[in-house]
Amino acid sequence: MRNPLNEKVQVMKPSGIRKFFDIVSEMKDAISLGVGEPDFETPWHIREEAIYSLEKGRTVYTSNAGLKELKEEVCRYLKRRYALDYPDKDVLVTIGGSEAIDAALRTMVDPGDEVLIPEPCYVSYVPCVSLAGGVPVTIALKEENEFRLTKQELLDAITDKTKILIMPFPNNPTGAIMEEKDLREVAEVVAEKDLFVISDEIYSELTYGRNHVSIASMPGMKERTIVINGFSKSYAMTGWRLGYAVGPEEIIRQMIKVHQFAIMCAPTTSQYAAVEALRNGDPDVEMMRDAYDKRRRFLVARLREMGLECFEPYGAFYVFPSIKGFGMTSDEFAAKLLEEEKLAIVPGTAFGDCGEGFLRISYAYSIEQLKTALDRMERFIERHRA
Amino acid sequence: MREEILKTLDKNSKIQESDLAKMLGMTETEVHEEIKRLEEEHVICGYPTLINWDATTEERVTALIEVKVTPQRGQGFDKIAERIYRYDEVESVYLMSGGFDLTVIIEGKSMREVANFVSSKLAPMEAVLSTATHFVLKKYKEHGLPLVAEGSSDERMLVTP
Repeated sequence: MRNPLNEKVQVMKPSGIRKFFDIVSEMKDAISLGVGEPDFETPWHIREEAIYSLEKGRTVYTSNAGLKELKEEVCRYLKRRYALDYPDKDVLVTIGGSEAIDAALRTMVDPGDEVLIPEPCYVSYVPCVSLAGGVPVTIALKEENEFRLTKQELLDAITDKTKILIMPFPNNPTGAIMEEKDLREVAEVVAEKDLFVISDEIYSELTYGRNHVSIASMPGMKERTIVINGFSKSYAMTGWRLGYAVGPEEIIRQMIKVHQFAIMCAPTTSQYAAVEALRNGDPDVEMMRDAYDKRRRFLVARLREMGLECFEPYGAFYVFPSIKGFGMTSDEFAAKLLEEEKLAIVPGTAFGDCGEGFLRISYAYSIEQLKTALDRMERFIERHRA
Repeated sequence: MREEILKTLDKNSKIQESDLAKMLGMTETEVHEEIKRLEEEHVICGYPTLINWDATTEERVTALIEVKVTPQRGQGFDKIAERIYRYDEVESVYLMSGGFDLTVIIEGKSMREVANFVSSKLAPMEAVLSTATHFVLKKYKEHGLPLVAEGSSDERMLVTP
């Protein structure tokens, strides 16, 4: 029989997190600081709106790019929060931010095009670039820069084949953000080298003490940037699978084709819920951000008390402490921690090779859960301190 | 920071001061001092526990009583409210806008006990014009927290990207 498999898929590595997940799922009564989704339930008024939409029989397709009502709300939201000005025809509603990433890459990448991916980062960029026929080129971000992308790092990675820069900030797994001054420098290089940006801003609502700035709001960037955002993190709506992309008309119009043939349209019920989220969800976002911020401070303070080094993360819901003083790799540390203390924490290497020496600790947990887990962590550290 | 301390304690009065300090980015002493001040100023009036008595064997009934009163010259409603809230059986007293004046919430061991309180203590007060007693059949939510068991286990997978 012939090989039924596509070569690109065959050579694709399963995500590092999958490997770890398999170990964890065999461990009974393990506790975890390993999730990448909010612990909050979707606010009730949003769920109720979805229920109403079902009661009213709104169970049919929407137009490919999404409900007009929702696209208009997205435009209002982006303007209100990030000073981004788009007409609703330049919005594409997708199945989570994930689909938007994939669709943007498949729309923009030609075979051989290099796509720059700052690491550590979310697990899907590299495989999506490969599937789209592009060449993923990773940039290893450094702890000394608080895992922000610097102008020099960017310049060093650019070749004459470079076409796109992926900007994953606020960052999963490091919690790093890019402030306006950082973005300005990156934007200059992007414009000068005639690159495009896919900016994954799914955690934009979760920044602490400083506001999120979109790179698309930098001078000259709007026509070069696809902004990706969604409802999963900001409104605790991961299971609804709803995100969106906005960008220059000529790119979005082509993305709609890719989306239309693969997906048809994003789930209708979720779209109605999302309209409600954008219209009346600001207080929920604020409540959740406030809770995350308290946990963040608590977690960083406890880790530092234990003697674990970690830079202050200002975004998302992750802390990325260094475990370099323990004579173990991240994988070994995580495996041992799981084995000895039944505590699952994802090794930094699941998010790129340069995550070696780090752990991703999620604080999408209640303070009580964090305390229990951190007590175990502390015991472990005391035992293994070199 | 005051508001932050209050908001956090409002959700969990059992939280340790050392944890609270870390959550708010303050020192333990600062938190301790601030809480002491809040207690002294009677902003924090106590630390009761939210108990779902329906889940215990203890018999309790709660009644909500609408009370119409005649305000007294020079003292308005405060004096009569005080005369009512001094009784141990009285859980809460609120001055209301609308069709009646005071909401009085009574906790008793039985309906008879509550009825006795109303007929022998509350209704005969000179300033009380009328009462309407409503018994609570089931409590669903109090102080922002659902009392009915929800099976709210964490359904998230242990590890996700």
